[in-house]
Amino acid sequence: MLRPISTLGSYVLLMRRVFTRPQKGRLFWQQLFFEIDQLGLDSIGIVAFISMFMGAVVAIQTAYNIDSPLIPMSMVGFTTRQSVILEFSPTVISLILAGKVGSRIASQIGTMRVTEQIDALEIMGVNSANYLIFPKVVASVLINPVLIVLSMWLGIIGGWAAMIFSKLVSMHDYIQGIRLDFEAYTIFYALTKTICFAFIIATVSGFFGYRTQGGALEVGQASTKAVVISSIFIILFNLVLTQLLLG
Amino acid sequence: MIEARNINKYFGENHVLRDVSCKFHPGKTNLIIGQSGSGKTVLMKCLVGLFEVDNGQILYDERNFSAMSIDQRKEIRQELGMLFQGAALFDSMNVQENVMFPLNMFTRETMEEKLDRVNFVLKRVNLENINKLMPSELSGGMKKRVAIARAIVMNPKYLFCDEPNSGLDPQTSNVIDLLIQELTYEYGITTIVNTHDMNSVLSIGDSIEFIYQGQIWWSGNKKDILHMGNKELNDFVFGTELTKRLRK
Repeated sequence: MLRPISTLGSYVLLMRRVFTRPQKGRLFWQQLFFEIDQLGLDSIGIVAFISMFMGAVVAIQTAYNIDSPLIPMSMVGFTTRQSVILEFSPTVISLILAGKVGSRIASQIGTMRVTEQIDALEIMGVNSANYLIFPKVVASVLINPVLIVLSMWLGIIGGWAAMIFSKLVSMHDYIQGIRLDFEAYTIFYALTKTICFAFIIATVSGFFGYRTQGGALEVGQASTKAVVISSIFIILFNLVLTQLLLG
Repeated sequence: MIEARNINKYFGENHVLRDVSCKFHPGKTNLIIGQSGSGKTVLMKCLVGLFEVDNGQILYDERNFSAMSIDQRKEIRQELGMLFQGAALFDSMNVQENVMFPLNMFTRETMEEKLDRVNFVLKRVNLENINKLMPSELSGGMKKRVAIARAIVMNPKYLFCDEPNSGLDPQTSNVIDLLIQELTYEYGITTIVNTHDMNSVLSIGDSIEFIYQGQIWWSGNKKDILHMGNKELNDFVFGTELTKRLRK
């Protein structure tokens, strides 16, 4: 019972060290751009691939499930757009990123911990938590919304391509559907969730990496734990944010 | 001078350091020796502040390090360098970036000045033209020398070396030992070396603290150590087949 509370306390204490002013601005900017490249741009491929196919599958499933002639075929485009923007892109892609980016952050910092590189930073008088975790958090919060917008766009394109090739719905109907009753607030909702999930991925993974002790086995365990706990929190906060923003 | 006054350290029920008091003098290579698990590394980590002592004081030239806050310690930390057992070079940086890191972090020197300083310290540790190599491309001895270069690049007053010879062959070990000693004498650094290598003890041990079961069991120098009647010390000093034969 006390362990989760103790872990939460350790997390809060670490975050107090993370969210301080960087000791050297120039080094922070260098790290930030490096992390944007490593955590964000390096994920474009997987995000694009999953989004295209996800959008295509949603569109095909919706088209096959519309049996009634009373329902217009433009509903395929409408449903694909709503599903992708409201849930698939912000939540599913964030879960994918929790696996890819989260494990990378935890294993990188964990390896630095067990090979005494973090101790070396501390000995020099560097706030290692701030130096290592803060740029990753800022980079994730900045780049993940870009990835999610790209994912939304590619998801809708994927649905469109599936409809064109399968000839289940005409291009006109699909485009009419994706333009139907569009509310910009849904984008705001999706990006708010994305920023929150990005923060969770970077801080939780950073936390588990930073407190790794032992050797290679423990680095692997920290990495797994980071992905599992990040995913659980993403699912929990998805419900909370949905209730707050749409309820 | 660095002084430990009656320091104690517990890990749960395990009393690892028991009332340890000792002094480490400037311009000398001060050795902490003892068997594995005797508390050497814990003592060194307490001295540099990686572990907090449960009671007692650590003084850096009369400045009470153990009573300082993290921010206050930064000033002292910039005066110390440390060579870790595994070198602890940053994997993502090449040799030049590793050595230049403290200069980038704490100085406002121009790139040219920093590069001059990096090349100077690399030359001092007998490494040249390896600036662009990554740590994974270096041998064990080269990694240790790069780590020494990084440790001395800020002209430290205090140098800590944790098992500098671990994983090295005897000849390379000797090179590293002599390098540490030369730097200590040349710059008047207070150097503390944690080791259980008897070759190091006999070649660079200006001042030696033998730690046994978390206590300072014997203090002296490399001249005295072979002629003491202390059983635990003799068991340690003459623990290898080679030293036993030499003793006979």
